[in-house]
Amino acid sequence: MNGVHDMGGMAGVGPVLPEPDEPVFHERWEGRVLGMSRCLVFNGAWNLGAARHSEERLPPEAHLGAGYYQRIRLGMEQLLRERGLLGADELAAGRSLRPGTALPRRLAGDDIGPLLLRGRSSRAPDAPPRFAIGAVVRGRDLNPHGHTRLPRYARGRVGVVEALCGFKVLPDTVAMGAGEHPQWFYTVVFRGLELWGPGSDPALSVAIGAAEGYLEPAGEGVR
Amino acid sequence: MATGDRGHAQPHGDGHSHAEGHAHGEGEEMSELSEMALRVRALESILTEKDYVDPLALDRIVQAYETKIGPHIGAGVVALAWSNPDFKARLLANANEAIGAVTEVDTLESDLVVVENTAEVHNMVVCTLCSCYPWEVLGLPPTWYKSAPYRSRAVIDPRGVLGDFGVTLPDDREIRVWDSTAYQRFIVLPERPAGTEGWTAPQLEALVTRDSMIGTGLARQPGRADDDAGGVHDAAGDDAAGARPTP
Repeated sequence: MNGVHDMGGMAGVGPVLPEPDEPVFHERWEGRVLGMSRCLVFNGAWNLGAARHSEERLPPEAHLGAGYYQRIRLGMEQLLRERGLLGADELAAGRSLRPGTALPRRLAGDDIGPLLLRGRSSRAPDAPPRFAIGAVVRGRDLNPHGHTRLPRYARGRVGVVEALCGFKVLPDTVAMGAGEHPQWFYTVVFRGLELWGPGSDPALSVAIGAAEGYLEPAGEGVR
Repeated sequence: MATGDRGHAQPHGDGHSHAEGHAHGEGEEMSELSEMALRVRALESILTEKDYVDPLALDRIVQAYETKIGPHIGAGVVALAWSNPDFKARLLANANEAIGAVTEVDTLESDLVVVENTAEVHNMVVCTLCSCYPWEVLGLPPTWYKSAPYRSRAVIDPRGVLGDFGVTLPDDREIRVWDSTAYQRFIVLPERPAGTEGWTAPQLEALVTRDSMIGTGLARQPGRADDDAGGVHDAAGDDAAGARPTP
């Protein structure tokens, strides 16, 4: 979706502020939020794409105004309510008012090894890659209402396939519960001048990871 | 710290909202829990009562990121690559296998990619759409990495972003920004500092900063009196002061 989370190229948001000696967590609750979100994904309440999309669907002012862990918390509470795993009345009461629904898995404290792993996203290829290394491609002009990993700045822009990155499930549909649609993924490199126009840094290039369905052949020539 | 004169008094540089009464600044010294802490505690109680999560698993996750998984892992890998050309070749060809072979990181399901800085090209890593990061080898990302200013500007004005870190590169140095939009997670192999010929891997490791592995910093130069400050083995990991501007 064309939301405020798709930030690449946006202006007016101020300088980057590095924080010397930054702690892993600034406050204890941040770690608890991270732990809850990881456990809920592992336990099968939803997948990581759905969690990302929930954050994307937060009201823009909440998305921009919240820090990282607050965003995770708000996205998590939204999904818990939407999926009937928890009621707004329970959040308001601060305690459980009815029994929960059994989740597919339950990660116990003694076994967090699997949680630190990423999920398996690769599938056995059922087709050859459409694009070869060196192919000139254009980011398709897709504007889905749901989740996508095609950033707006790459849509309609011409780049070059630099590498093949495996045959994997499509986040766009997985996040929406609409199937895996596995396909080839590519590293596509765009020149800065192609993305940002005349006057931009001539020594800049930007690489994205693109699903095959994000791309179309662009014939000859890269601007 | 010795080199912390670029410090910013903004612990939540990502525009962290106070709208929900989130009290700042007192940290663990607070006697009263902030409204946010109370909300999160209530949520954890509900999820525990419903048996959606095991609080002990939460403890272990937090503990893992506070004590075990951090940029020291990546620093060890970089130092090894600097000191062992065969390992470096393997690392650049297949980072999953190479890192899995020399660390405790289980890279079976990882999509790690190492990109090498040279005299011609400087690499920088971002996730414009969320905050993807190679947490297996660098730990949790710093707040600035997850902030709107970094996510928006890295792809259009990386030199300006580097300036925020006190780093200046020659105008003709190509900058390649890696936007983590799909499965791959990128780690920058910074340039090995001059004057480190004959150094052992552990000696070299002390020169590797977290920011140098994201591409917003350079490796430390040897022979600086303050070089033992702010290393990746400090409790908090690395910091902006680890970045050294090029002359």
